[in-house]
This record gives sequence, C-alpha cells and structure tokens, in this order.
Amino acid sequence: MGHKRFSALPGFGLTLGFTLFYLSVIVLIPFAGLIVRALGLSWADFWHLATTDRALAAYRLTFGASLVAAVANAVFGTLLAWVLTRYEFPGRRLLDAMVDFPFALPTAVAGLTLANLFTANGWLGRYLVPLGISGAFTPLGVVIALTFVGLPFVVRTLQPVLQNLEREVEEAAATLGAGRLRTFAAIIAPSLLPAVLTGFALAFARAIGEYGSIVFISGNLPFKTEIAPYLIVMRLEEYDYTGAIALAVVLLVSSFLLLAAINLLEQWASRFQD
Amino acid sequence: MTGIIKTSSAASVKQSRRGAEESPLAKWALIAVALAFSLVFLLLPLVNVMAQAFVKGWACYWSSLTQPDSRAAIRLTLIVAAISVPLNVLFGLAAAWAIAKFEFRGKSLLVTLIDLPFSVSPVVVGLMFIVLFGLQGFFGKWLGAHGIKIIFAVPGIVLATIFITFPFVARELIPVMQATGTEQEQAALTLGASGWQTFWHVTLPSVKWGLIYGIILCNARAMGEFGAVSVVSGHIIGRTETMPLRVEALYQGATGASTVAAFCRGELAGAPGLVYAGDQDFPRMETGERISGSRSRIVDR
Amino acid sequence: MSIELKNVSKNFGGVAAVNNVTFSVKEGELMALLGPSGGGKTTVLRMIAGLEMPTAGDVFIRGRRVNDLSVQQRNIGFVFQNYALFKNMNVFKNIAFGLQIKKWKRADVRERIAELLNLFGLEGLDRRYPHQLSGGQRQRVAIARALASKPSVLLLDEPFGAVDARIRQELREWLVRLHHELNVTTIFVTHDQEEAMEVADRIVIFSRGVLEQVGTPREIYDQPANEFVARFIGVMNVLETEVRDGKARIGELEFPAHGQMDGQKLRIGFRPYAVQISSDLGLYQYQAVLRHTFFLGVLLRVELELPSGLTVRARMTKEEYSHQGLADGRRVSFQIRQCRVLAREEAALPAETDLSFQAPPLLGENI
Repeated sequence: MGHKRFSALPGFGLTLGFTLFYLSVIVLIPFAGLIVRALGLSWADFWHLATTDRALAAYRLTFGASLVAAVANAVFGTLLAWVLTRYEFPGRRLLDAMVDFPFALPTAVAGLTLANLFTANGWLGRYLVPLGISGAFTPLGVVIALTFVGLPFVVRTLQPVLQNLEREVEEAAATLGAGRLRTFAAIIAPSLLPAVLTGFALAFARAIGEYGSIVFISGNLPFKTEIAPYLIVMRLEEYDYTGAIALAVVLLVSSFLLLAAINLLEQWASRFQD
Repeated sequence: MTGIIKTSSAASVKQSRRGAEESPLAKWALIAVALAFSLVFLLLPLVNVMAQAFVKGWACYWSSLTQPDSRAAIRLTLIVAAISVPLNVLFGLAAAWAIAKFEFRGKSLLVTLIDLPFSVSPVVVGLMFIVLFGLQGFFGKWLGAHGIKIIFAVPGIVLATIFITFPFVARELIPVMQATGTEQEQAALTLGASGWQTFWHVTLPSVKWGLIYGIILCNARAMGEFGAVSVVSGHIIGRTETMPLRVEALYQGATGASTVAAFCRGELAGAPGLVYAGDQDFPRMETGERISGSRSRIVDR
Repeated sequence: MSIELKNVSKNFGGVAAVNNVTFSVKEGELMALLGPSGGGKTTVLRMIAGLEMPTAGDVFIRGRRVNDLSVQQRNIGFVFQNYALFKNMNVFKNIAFGLQIKKWKRADVRERIAELLNLFGLEGLDRRYPHQLSGGQRQRVAIARALASKPSVLLLDEPFGAVDARIRQELREWLVRLHHELNVTTIFVTHDQEEAMEVADRIVIFSRGVLEQVGTPREIYDQPANEFVARFIGVMNVLETEVRDGKARIGELEFPAHGQMDGQKLRIGFRPYAVQISSDLGLYQYQAVLRHTFFLGVLLRVELELPSGLTVRARMTKEEYSHQGLADGRRVSFQIRQCRVLAREEAALPAETDLSFQAPPLLGENI
C-alpha cells in the first residue's frame, strides 16, 4: 500500500491509516490466529479430524445444498431481476422492495418461518406433504433456506447491469433480422454472464457458511440433515477445539477456492467489456 | 438458465409487435414465473412472520416484551448494535474515502480484504475469537490473570458482531463515492473550504442515501446475527443472551405459546429491516449499486 | 419512390412526438432529417425501421405498406448513434450476424465480408473486438454490418455525433463517396445544419414533431418556408418592425411593407451576407459603429451597433475587412441588399425582396 498519485484532496493518510488499523484488529488478527492454530496441527491429525464419516456427510449436504440453492438463485434471480427492470406491472415496486427482505430478516427468524411454512400443517406443507414433498427437517429444507438467504445477491448484482445494458444493441440485432430468442442467446446472455457468475458466487459462499436459518429447518440429524457449520458448533460444545478448527479450515479453504475460481471465470466472461 | 429460455421461446412463436421486445405472451409468462417464485420465497415468509407475531395480538407482544429475561436480551442487542454500527460507519466512511478518492498500489487487495467477512461462515467467525481470547486461546491466560472476560461475555458478542457487519457500510459507500468522482470536492477546495468542510458539505450529502442504506443493512444484521454470537455468547440467560438467541431458547423449550412469543421477538429483531422493505419511497436509483452489486464494480476500476 | 410516409403520427403516452408527417424519399437518394433535439426526427427514422410503430398513418417501403411488418421482416440497415456493436463478437462475427440469420451459405458469407472489409478499409481487422477499434473504425463496422445483407434502405441515426470534429469532416466526405458508389437509398438524422447542407441531396426539417420543410439544401437556404427554418439554417437578422407611412420601420431602418396597413407589425429577416459595409461614412444609407469582430476563417462576422441601439450582424471576407481598414470601434456606413418578411405560421411567404441598393465600390460581390 502507499505511493498514492498526487491528489489535491486531503485526508489520505488519516483515512487509509484508520482503514488498515481497523481491518487488522477486527478481521486480519482473528484470521491469523485461526490459521496459526491450524498450522499447529500435523497433517495426519488434520486429515483424521476433517474427514470423519460424519464430517464427510456434513460436507456433502453443505456443498450439495449450497450448489443447488445457488443454481436456483442464478436462474430465478436472473428472471426476477429481468422482470423487475424490464417490465411494468402492478406491484413491481413492492416486489423490488421485498427482494431485500432476506437481508433484513434475522436468520434465526428466517429459519423458524420457513420451517413453519413447510411443516405438515404449515401454509405450504399442508398441500406439499401429502404429495410427498417435505420441506421441513429434510435436505430439501436446507436447500429452501439457502435459496431464501441467497436470493438478494443475484437480483441485486444483476439489476444495475440490466439497467445499463444498451437497448440499442438488442435493436441492432432486430434490424439484422434476429428474433428475441436469438437476441437473448447471442447478445444478452453473454453480457449478463459475468454478473450472474458474481451473484452465483456470492450466494454460494453465503450458503456454505449459513447457520442461523438452517438449524431451525433442517432438524440437524447427523449423517442426514446436519450441515458442516452445525458440526463445528457441536465440536465446540464438546470443547473439541482442534476438531472445530479442522472443519473450519475446510470450509474457509473451499470458500476461497470457490471465490477465486469464480473470479477467474468472471474475468474470462467479461473479456469483451471495455 | 433453462427456465428462462423455455419461457421466452414463446417470443418466437408469435412475432412481437415491436421487434426489440418480447411478445406480450412471453412477457406475462416471465412475469408469472417470477411472481410465483417470489410468492413462495418472499411474500409467504414475510406474511407468515407478521401473522405469527400477531396471532395473539398486542397483548402477547406486550407480555413478551415485559418478561425480564426478554428485556435483558433486548437491552443487550441494542447495546451491541449501538457499539458496532457506529464503529463500522466510521470505518466505512474512512475506507470509502481512501479507496474512492485516491489511487494507490494494493487497492484491489484492500477491497478484497474488506469483502473477506462475507465469505466466512458466522460459526467460523465465532471460532476465531475463541481461538484468540478463549481459555485455551492465545491471550486466554493473560486475560484470565487480569480478570478480563471476553468469550462468553459481552465484549466477545460485540467483537463477533463487528466482524460480521464489517463490510456493509463500506461496500455500500465505495461505489457511490466512486460514481460521484472528485470534481465536486476539488471545486469546494478551490473555493477555500477546508478538508472537513468539504467532506461535511459536499461529500456526505452526495452519498447520503448509500450511507443510510448501508446503515440499515448493517443494523439489521447486527441485531439479527445468530451464528457468530451463538458461538461466543455462552447463552447465559439474562446476561449474554441477545434477541435471536432468546428466540432460539424459547423455540427449543417449545410449547405453543412460547413459540409464538419467539416469533414476536423475532419480528421485533427484524423490525428495522422490515421498515425499510416496506418503504417504497426509498430512492431506488442510488441503491442500484448496492451490497452485492458493488463488488465487481469496485474491482473493475 | 423508395420510402413514403403518409400522415404519420406518433404519440408517447399522450404526448405527440411526431405529428401528421408526410414526405417521400426517391430511390438512391441521400436524405437528411434535420432538426433540433426533441424534434421528432429520430422517432421518424425508427418508425421507418419498425423499431417504433406509428400511432396513425402509413409507412411504405418500395410501394409496399410495411406497418404490419416487424423490424426483422423489413430488410433495412440501421446504424445506431453509438453504433451498438456486439461487444462479445469480433468484427467478422458482427458483420456476419445478419447474414447467418438470413441463412447465407458459409462461402457466400466469407466472400461478402471480404468485399465489405475491402470497401470500408477494414482489412486485417476482422479478428478484432469492438473495444480494440477506434471510433471511426467502429462506425465503419456498424455501417458494414448494416449493409451486409444488401438492405433496400440504409438508416443512420446521428452518424457523426459520437466522433470528434476532425474525423467528422472526413466521415462526411466518406459517406458521400460511399453513397455514390453503392447508390443505396440512405436516410440520416442530424441536428447539425451544416452537416445536412453539405452531405444530403435533400433535407427534411422537423421541429417539435412537425415537418417544417422538405427541399434541396439550396431551396431551403434560399427559400425557407418559415421563420423557424430561416433561423435554423444559417444565421439571420430578425427584426420586429411596424408599418408607418407605407414602410416597415424599426429604429432608423426601413423595409418595404408589401402593401400592409399602417400600424401592422411585420417581422423582417435578412441574412448577414446581405449587409454591405463601408468605412466611407457617406457611402451607404445607414450609419453604425462596428462593435465586435468574429474571425471564422476566410469569413468574418461583425456586429454593428446602430445609434438607436439595434444590433445588426453582417458577414464579409477577411480581404475586404482589411481593405476597408475596419476595426472594432470604427464608425461605418452600411446598406441591406435583400430582406424577407417572416411569419411563423404562414404557409407561403412572399419571395425575397431585392432592395434598391448601391453597387459596392470595390471587390464586386459581397459574400
């Protein structure tokens, strides 16, 4: 850091200094602490702690459900953003405001509410459970909760991009004879792709770490509906700190790998932007 | 993507009236799918929260507020928010000023680091503070010797909350400040304004809505955070229980009545956010670049 | 007729953007739609393309009514103001896009694109992406893309708006040459009257959604249909006079009253080139002080201030200016050689009136 280009505005040193100090105290030092502790583990210990059968089952559910939820969000979030920016219909502004609801609702309440909707006598459950679709205390419940908490990421990432899309480009395709479907596939989709990937990654990363909403809807049955963050809490309650750290490292590393991969993809997808 | 392609294929069936728009059929099909999805994932949960909270009317609301344990939980939650939100606002303003108004090496790294807390599980955040300040932690012995308690006490809850809500204000402000550029500030300086006057009279008003939106999100998350707080709090009733933890405690001892009460409290914790969600006059233009939208923009500059 | 508009109107949410417009474009003609921004000219262009549908009236392309044809079916080439190139496709794919949709054979596509790249001076750029091109190159790609499938008409929206002044001149000349070569019916929108005058065979002038005049550049300049056109094309002195004693008068100036009654108000206009100036104070009818001189290159514009406070704009060559020994603050005499009566609403105006004037003593014709 440092070496700023000359600028007439004051306060660079003060604000950057405070930023770095605060960042270090609040984020970097706790982070470093965890990493140092993790490095203190031998590889064999780490491997043993991080790959118990129960842990593997928890990873499968966490990553699998997160992936499904993030894909669902990418599809329906894109659709929702499209509808919100392109069309005029009654209730549009209300719907636009409601997209922030999952951000604002405390996660614990979100979990309770969703469980309440999908249990056998809930508003949705009473119709779905007889059909064999059980949204509470099942892996499906985990997917539902993760879709709920991740939804705003895709919509809010895409909205400004959709607003800034030049309508002229679509009109140009039309004057050249392209129908809407062709225009969407050849022109619109490639320009939306980077933003969709960003929203997907944010929703995915959030889903992997999500805890509050899941514990109420999943039932937390080991090997069945137990997610990795819940397993970390279990280890902590048993005062098994090294076990918790090993699991935490797996979650952290996979989150970062995911974000790095998506970043690369995004750069590739946006290589045509000026 | 399949859903979209499938539904918009209706556009090719009937030639659209204006070549560059979908046919009304395709348009309303898309709207219908979007509304159906929103009904299940947005509207029903929202209505359900409201309905549960008011099943027993205001009387339940009042009684749940007056329980001493709940009052303590509410007080603690307000204290935690009152400490963490202003600190993060201060940080957000400083970081946004440095990042938006100046060019320096390592800027994109700094932006990535500011985003870091978003990709860390709340449970892992709690674990980090236990590793630092817990009994077996790096500073555990020293803290114990001096009689300072951080884990299973209020300072730990505050620290975890600050970590979780760390990026909200900064990420909201950076793109807005970048968009306004530096010309207005430079104009103010040429007119003889001091740095503080420039900031106060020129910069702050132009980022007002971004700041307010960031504060609302930061506050909603600070009051609603569950995972990280749950790990460091120790769940001591009346002392280290925040509202979301109280909700959980009531839920686990679930009798019908207490679940309803839990919802009441939950609704209350969500209130600041809900006020926003219902407020249609909030200027949408500014919030186009919000929380999630800002990321790629910041990095691209 | 290549293109014909009959009584075309367009409303946007109750506001009339285009109001009852009728005109036609001949096969192979280069036509300009000219007017101030918000005049409705772009809307007219978009209605011809099928990007907007008229609220009322009919559009014909080569004698066929196209109101019910979608933009995809009209076989027009459209060049957007900001080019609207497909960012995710290289030059080759941009130009090939329309051909592929029209199911051209691969070899034909290749051949046509090679031909276009050659014609447009874009050889070797076919693998470049739009963000790797200069502004002028982007525009040429946009035009090549629009022309690729041999449309019956080429429509350009403000084609020179997005490039800087120096390139703009080159592009104008290039467009005229291209049009001569291809001879495709071309309509372009511009707000720059100089551009329209220089490039177009004929000009359609719009203001506030209403067609003001159609004509060749010369007709429009010499015989503006009304005050709006007169003021919009070139500079004009406009004076609000009143008829007294059989003459239209304001201050010390007087003009023929065309038989109007005393007390009648009459707007009189005259071009700066109709004002003749001499440093010999006795030579011409009126006296004035030369207040400001604007150097425009070979030509100069001067502002004269009359004793009554009126200001008159005049134009002269640099040569004449220095020959007369003029300078700001000098007292001069002047005369007005031609003027016309202006009225905004009147359909036909009396032709320009030659005033009795003295032959200039030197240098013959004024500009």
